[in-house]
Amino acid sequence: MRLAAYLHAFNGILYRELYRFLQQRSRLLSALVRPLLWLVVFAAGFRAALGISIIPPYETYITYEVYITPGLLGVILLFNGMQSSLSMVVDREMGSMRVLLTSPLPRPFLLFSKLMAIAVISAIQAYVFLVVAWFFDVHPPAIGYLTLLPAMVLSALMLAAIGLFISSLVRQLENFAGVMNFVVFPMFFLSSALYPLWKMQEANEWLYWVCSINPFTYAVELMRFALYQQWNGLALAVVLGSTLGFTLAAIAGYNPRSGLLGRKQGPA
Amino acid sequence: MNALEIQQLSFQYGARQALDDISFALPEGSFCGLLGPNGAGKTTLFALLTRLLSSRQGQIRIFGQSLEDNPGQALQSMGMVFQQSTLDLDLSIEQNLSYHAALHGLSRAQSRDSIEQQLQRFSIAERRHERVRQLNQGHRRRVEFARALLHRPRLLLLDEATVGLDVETRHMINQHVRELCHDQGVTVLWSSHLVDDIHDDDPILLLQQGRLLAQGPCAPVVAQHDCASLHELMLKVSPRAACA
Repeated sequence: MRLAAYLHAFNGILYRELYRFLQQRSRLLSALVRPLLWLVVFAAGFRAALGISIIPPYETYITYEVYITPGLLGVILLFNGMQSSLSMVVDREMGSMRVLLTSPLPRPFLLFSKLMAIAVISAIQAYVFLVVAWFFDVHPPAIGYLTLLPAMVLSALMLAAIGLFISSLVRQLENFAGVMNFVVFPMFFLSSALYPLWKMQEANEWLYWVCSINPFTYAVELMRFALYQQWNGLALAVVLGSTLGFTLAAIAGYNPRSGLLGRKQGPA
Repeated sequence: MNALEIQQLSFQYGARQALDDISFALPEGSFCGLLGPNGAGKTTLFALLTRLLSSRQGQIRIFGQSLEDNPGQALQSMGMVFQQSTLDLDLSIEQNLSYHAALHGLSRAQSRDSIEQQLQRFSIAERRHERVRQLNQGHRRRVEFARALLHRPRLLLLDEATVGLDVETRHMINQHVRELCHDQGVTVLWSSHLVDDIHDDDPILLLQQGRLLAQGPCAPVVAQHDCASLHELMLKVSPRAACA
């Protein structure tokens, strides 16, 4: 296959995802409502209860709204990643997944293209949220919006890869909804999205360790630092490693020889 | 050269044997009906041919290329209409076709020309901007056929492709497929349990409970099994008859 063929296929997958996203206006709205509720309602209530000390990357005292913004960006990426995986399970049940899987291009490339398309849509939603958050006194440095982009795309890739991996294990739509409850909410709450890890450690050492091994924590920290033009080497390493690991696991899951698909009931 | 060659192919879903030691070959440009009752293994065979499933037991060769070693080349030369609809209901006819063309690496110009040709061939050009969700079963099938032919495959796999269609659409599709076979040398493997789709002189493969029960021209196979018609033969190999 020529290089151009790969490019055409990537464009086709990206276009389809973007078109479907733009057709579902309620999807953008619901993607924004969830984090906005946290930012406006939850943050207002917890501002007084949760004092935030000066911790990197911040160089001064910050409001709780500013603190949770990277976490809420993470929530957008997390939910979009999982929602896109849900759509893959739907595609599989409806049969349209077969069109992707029977393409002559290598399956790892096709699945990676799908992940990239999901990441692009996640990033669009996250930037729209940042624009809205600006009106609620979340004003990161202007250049931060740019330095955030690679961290956000990488984090979105990681979360989409986790979703894709889960979708390769789940055969029925009904099961997927159940699995999500055990993935999305624990990932979100057991992370540094809502409270700094040191606060968690003060409250419960065991929970702190759970948060410390949650890859979502590192995605949030990577974006938090990137928004203030700083590097967090550990977060980058964990997010990169998790992205690679879950992408390979998802590819293996969709491999007709090694994957679970079709072994029990029938073809994907 | 054989368009499709299968040697000692077996497949299991867990403990259930879906295909058991299947071997056959289809010469280039031939038409072959794959017959068998529900659960005979036809759809599993198609899933293996399109690499939705993979088996460690047996060999599949498409135009001489091993499907396992060269899946890209094999899939590039293959077009498929699945039993279950695989269209994206929220996209228009044209968008569905463009998506498929992109997944086969066709450039925008190639894609445009091919889509135009297939839309005309299946008389759906004037509905190209309609969402698939708005189409009836017959038109959806036409779109699936148009899509399967977009990248000019040399081997066409049809899995119960005319089930649920009215007589006119079935006739039109049957005619198109046979034209493709005779005029353009496209090899066709047509799985069906609608015996009207198969003519007396068509070669057939008869599957029963995962095994290849018979192969050869339709009329002699029917005669070999002491049946007066293909319809009678299908009744004879049905699971209920096998149990009796």
